Amino acid sequence: MITDVLIIGAGGAGLTAALAAKDAGASVRVLTKEYPTRSQTCMAQGGMNAALGNVSPDSVEEHIQNTLKSAHGQANEEAVRYMCSEAPNAIEWLDEIGVCFSRTPDGKIAQRKLGGASAPRACYAQDYTGLKILHTLYERCLKEDIEIHNERYLLDLLTKEDGSICGALILNIRSGELEHHFAKSVVLASGGYSRIYDKYSTNSTASTGDGIAAAARIGAKLLGMEFVQFHPTGLKNSSILISESARGEGGYLLNSKGERFVNELAPRDEVSRAINEQILAGEEVFLDIRHLGEAFIDENLPQERKLALLYEKVDPVKDLIPIKAVAHYTMGGIEVDNKSQTSVSGLFACGECANHKVHGANRLGGNSLLEIIVFGREAGKSAAHYTFCDDKSKNELNCKKETNFLDKLKSFSNEIDFYEKRSYVGELFYKKVGIIRKESELLEAQKEIQLLKEQLPLMGVKDTSKVYNTNLVEFIEFRNMLDVCEAVVSAALERKESCGAHFVAEG
Amino acid sequence: MKISIKRDFDFIEYNVDMQDATLLEVIETIKTEQDSSLAYSSGCRSSVCGSCSMRVNEKEVLACAYKVQDGDVVEPLKNVEVIRDLVVNMDKALATKKRAKTWLQTYNKEAKLTHEDEKTNALQSDCILCGSCYSACPVYAVNEAFLGPFALTGVWKYVSDKREAAPEEKIETIQKNGVWDCTLCNECTLVCPQNISSKADIEKLRMRSSMAGYSDPNFAQNFGGGLSF
Repeated sequence: MITDVLIIGAGGAGLTAALAAKDAGASVRVLTKEYPTRSQTCMAQGGMNAALGNVSPDSVEEHIQNTLKSAHGQANEEAVRYMCSEAPNAIEWLDEIGVCFSRTPDGKIAQRKLGGASAPRACYAQDYTGLKILHTLYERCLKEDIEIHNERYLLDLLTKEDGSICGALILNIRSGELEHHFAKSVVLASGGYSRIYDKYSTNSTASTGDGIAAAARIGAKLLGMEFVQFHPTGLKNSSILISESARGEGGYLLNSKGERFVNELAPRDEVSRAINEQILAGEEVFLDIRHLGEAFIDENLPQERKLALLYEKVDPVKDLIPIKAVAHYTMGGIEVDNKSQTSVSGLFACGECANHKVHGANRLGGNSLLEIIVFGREAGKSAAHYTFCDDKSKNELNCKKETNFLDKLKSFSNEIDFYEKRSYVGELFYKKVGIIRKESELLEAQKEIQLLKEQLPLMGVKDTSKVYNTNLVEFIEFRNMLDVCEAVVSAALERKESCGAHFVAEG
Repeated sequence: MKISIKRDFDFIEYNVDMQDATLLEVIETIKTEQDSSLAYSSGCRSSVCGSCSMRVNEKEVLACAYKVQDGDVVEPLKNVEVIRDLVVNMDKALATKKRAKTWLQTYNKEAKLTHEDEKTNALQSDCILCGSCYSACPVYAVNEAFLGPFALTGVWKYVSDKREAAPEEKIETIQKNGVWDCTLCNECTLVCPQNISSKADIEKLRMRSSMAGYSDPNFAQNFGGGLSF
């Protein structure tokens, strides 16, 4: 059976796209490698931007200007204008479907100030904003009877002889069987690639760039892959995220001497570099929220207290929180136009795997949840429209036959342990393709990645069972990560000048 | 330090040299350094995605929030099909949300939420769907069709939300295999990593049900004979 719109990924972007495509009258199927409620969106804490002016005066124009400034000339003004203008509608829609936004004393949606914003603009639900948005979207999908298949892993996208999309080759993780899911159009909403930094990332272990790698394999263009956002406040030992709202609510950054060294509410790239400089100079860096008081912390930052206690054994009510800057969000991705269409006919993309040119070289806090709703909807609508109007979607389904990676894998020799290499790549990228980049080090990293790609046949999986083989899934993820690494490092080499998150030093 | 993990057929003991580590860190180390065939689920490592719930010494925990002790015995969740090792199939458990209709059915445009209203169900909307409560619930031993703790908490979330214009529909939905089938044993509350009490939510739903004219069918059965003579 052919679905009109196949959606790969069930985070905030994928579920929004699914609802929009169904609303437009298309048949929809959603595939996810986990479960919808486990996707990266659930980890977003700080909030979702919309110039509502509920707390103090604000305007859409200011939101646009703040976003453009932070993007360092790499954003498309039309796309930014569209996203920021749609923001109040997006919040209204989420409120209407039941998201529990925090409220002001007079019953308006509360807003807090995040870095780089000229006004309190981020609508939030305590520090569980992403979780509550994601779960509400999931519930909405249940209400609308959207077909969702859990634990299905994207191996490859399928194309016709004319290069247009016709579906996806999927590994059913539970059964170990291959599945062909044919569709007239496909929306990729498969998330970012921060896990190439392995343990130097705040992200879920699932953010391995699978969709980006698969799209690139069928010729989709990638854009801005060098722009990796480092979040200033990852916990020192575990890289677990302490939300930007901690600084938004008045938290300070201190070095070992107890000195403040940066404006805590500057954009993330600046703050991350300042932290990195301190660490390179031998200082430890801490987040200090003690002055906010126990009652305030428990009401507004409950997760942060819990995580600091668990992973660093410090109580933020009376202790400093040790932190470092770690990979958090990847601005680069599959290039799409304002309708979320990629360079491959019938393939659309939204969310962190896509580059809608709204974040440019540095994303503002609060703009990622906004993006997934606004462009998730756009991608769903456009994909549905494509199936109704584009002749290519009506061409006969003649999928090109290609040998898939799983077949090749059977001959891999297993001499080299890929888990070891995975953490090696994380170290390598954090040091050489990280917060500060030097051409000589980028070249070294490029060589290393090249070598690892050549060595892939010497790696492979030890576990040969069919059912729920995570050893296999993790190896295919690793292969995708190497492809993504290659794209990141070559994009970084091409951009000679510093720009936002891509900071070049001599050497 | 030794821990035992339930594999497909038996418990296997692993020796790990790690101090003050979370269970998830220990399991990851076993997977990447000792036994790549070990299957488990995980994601965020920060107690918000709900992937890594499992049982330690017969109690449900999130592996990313539990510090390992020597001699711990680790098993998959109960009341759900085990796919492999510590991985369970959550589809059946999640389907209770659909049966219970845990969503905003009819939006009430007039409703204006206040700061206080926000608090009535902020806790319920903290649910991460880890399934710990579902696993700990003893009702499933006798009634597979029970809607269960997290779904009923989800219903309370919407019933108590002023934005829901038709809460009575939700109350009607949960009369069968719902609020009256709970034994109020409180096991769900004891294991919830988010400190949600489904038991308390179910009690509130019972009260709302009574106010809507529904009564406990067990009660009706026991005393129903009285009117027939």
